[in-house]
Amino acid sequence: MDATHKKYLRMDKLPHIWCPGCGDGTIMGSFIRAIDKLGYDKDDVAAISGIGCSGRITGYLDFNTLHTTHGRALAFATGVKMAKPRLKVFVFMGDGDATAIGGNHLIHSCRRNIDMTAIIINNNIYGMTGGQYSPTTPRGKYATTAPYGTTDPHFDIAKLCIGAGASYVARGTSYHAKMLTDLIVAGAEHKGFSVIEIITHCPVNFGRRNELETPVDMLLWQKNNAVRTARAEKMTDDELDGKFVIGELHKADVPEYVEEYDRLIERVQRGDTDRG
Amino acid sequence: MADSKLLQGNEACVFGALAAGVRFFAGYPITPSTEIANIFALELPKLGGKFMQMEDEIASMGAVIGASCTGVKAITATSGPGFSLKQENIGFAAEAEIPCVIINVMRYGPSTGLPTKSSQGDFMQARWGTHGDHAVIVIAPYTAREAYRETGRAVNLSERYRIPVIILMDEITGHLRERVEFKREDVVRVVDRKGPTPGVPYLPFEDTKDLIPPFAGFGDGHRYHITGLIHDETGFPTNDPRTIDRVMRRMNGKLDRYRNKIVKVKYVDVDDADVLIIAFGSVARSAEEVVRSMKKAGKRVGLLRPVTLWPFPDKEIRKAASGKKAIIVPEMNLGQMVREVERAVAGEAPIYPLNRIDGEFITPHEISDLIKEIL
Repeated sequence: MDATHKKYLRMDKLPHIWCPGCGDGTIMGSFIRAIDKLGYDKDDVAAISGIGCSGRITGYLDFNTLHTTHGRALAFATGVKMAKPRLKVFVFMGDGDATAIGGNHLIHSCRRNIDMTAIIINNNIYGMTGGQYSPTTPRGKYATTAPYGTTDPHFDIAKLCIGAGASYVARGTSYHAKMLTDLIVAGAEHKGFSVIEIITHCPVNFGRRNELETPVDMLLWQKNNAVRTARAEKMTDDELDGKFVIGELHKADVPEYVEEYDRLIERVQRGDTDRG
Repeated sequence: MADSKLLQGNEACVFGALAAGVRFFAGYPITPSTEIANIFALELPKLGGKFMQMEDEIASMGAVIGASCTGVKAITATSGPGFSLKQENIGFAAEAEIPCVIINVMRYGPSTGLPTKSSQGDFMQARWGTHGDHAVIVIAPYTAREAYRETGRAVNLSERYRIPVIILMDEITGHLRERVEFKREDVVRVVDRKGPTPGVPYLPFEDTKDLIPPFAGFGDGHRYHITGLIHDETGFPTNDPRTIDRVMRRMNGKLDRYRNKIVKVKYVDVDDADVLIIAFGSVARSAEEVVRSMKKAGKRVGLLRPVTLWPFPDKEIRKAASGKKAIIVPEMNLGQMVREVERAVAGEAPIYPLNRIDGEFITPHEISDLIKEIL
């Protein structure tokens, strides 16, 4: 391991708990390189996570780290950022964490537009509990709670967040690790609520049951089905069928919540509360 | 605070919290606690504090804990259904020892119940609402004046001991508007949580002699981990049986160690009473009236009023109960506190519950009629 990674990891907490072939370690590596590029002081970074395999990322990172309750990472993060705006806040969630039990917090965080970055690690399955289907498991795929294939339609996380008003939305994969670093950097530098959806793989609890026998098969699936935004723009809907677009998907200039609230405080303290 | 003011219980809570240094509120609209959110929204920005209306009750509790992790004093307010929803995160605050205050203005019934009617049905839930062994403190004010002072005390207890504190008010106390004469003893002192010792390596959940680990705010230069998993002194998850036993006993042991500083009981004519009433919240106001009127009639009736409901004042009740002809426990539920009273009294005196569950006030007459019947 090189010095950059060592600098940001709690080395005494390794080895990690993730299964061999898991994408979470790759994602953590991309995140570390993003923080290094951003040049943030470790004391100024708060990494907050929910429950599940992805939730364990915060334990390995040498920042101010908060491992919350299932689905509620964004709610806790909202309090952290509002109370201490100088902190750089990153929130790690899984697909079930962010879009099932935590779905309400996700859409309202998108709407509110607090300056923090949500990193949603989408492996299409509940991994830690043994492979139950999630809101992002594609219809017809197999899971321990879908032994005959799921009948549920699935969420497109990026579209959901754009629809809910997130001011920055990007999608990456754990295969395109370098690009992922760039997307996290861009999301963090964006003023407002940014969402980075990461398509990743759970070889043990998704791949094995869905004809992607090895981690390599799953990574190749990401490689072969990801289409960069520039190329996707030139493709027809038919050509894009079964593929997914990666890169910066949405960026908008929207008033940031903490700054807006600070302006409100200023106004109230000046006595300028005339409704006009 | 001016010397004299017309205040509602809900309103008084807000000013007590602000006096104790609360600068963050997150909540969700729910009857009959809404005035608390409304007034925080009005007052907090004036002090540079922040008010947030969250998307739901669960998020409110999460945001309060998040804010407190940075060292800012934080509070939320709710009622029955919202109190139920907050329970998981209250457990997180207990396990991670994050100071915070939760005001629950009780309405009657399970589920949606009777949103505008009073109750004391959350007596047990306030103590045992979240799963697992955990430490919480529960305080029940009975007037607007006490709502002010006790909310201030709740903030201070939470900061000092790193234990979530619940203010348990019935709707009557929350909504009753009355003239409050503030006296010197009402001044809320500001207590801050203990910080790390400079020059000493920081151990976030240190097994200190006083059982209270020092708290470092996020961003204050001590990078550490907070989790709802059972964790060791460093804050990281552990499965080691000996460590689990040690840290959980320390955490829960704070309630025993500081019991006498937390428990507060008020007595009216208890010593020479034949009959002892044990009541809290608005019911205690009726009971006070009973003590007065019975005294005029030459009957010796006393009142023991737990201000702190949990830890339950066992010792105080056992002592006061000794030699009494009867103990009356009126409460606006089907009999929750009476179970604790029975446990504390342990057969030393006969106990008579008086329960009203129609959303209405327990009147002095109902209590005095029961006393007359017994005597």
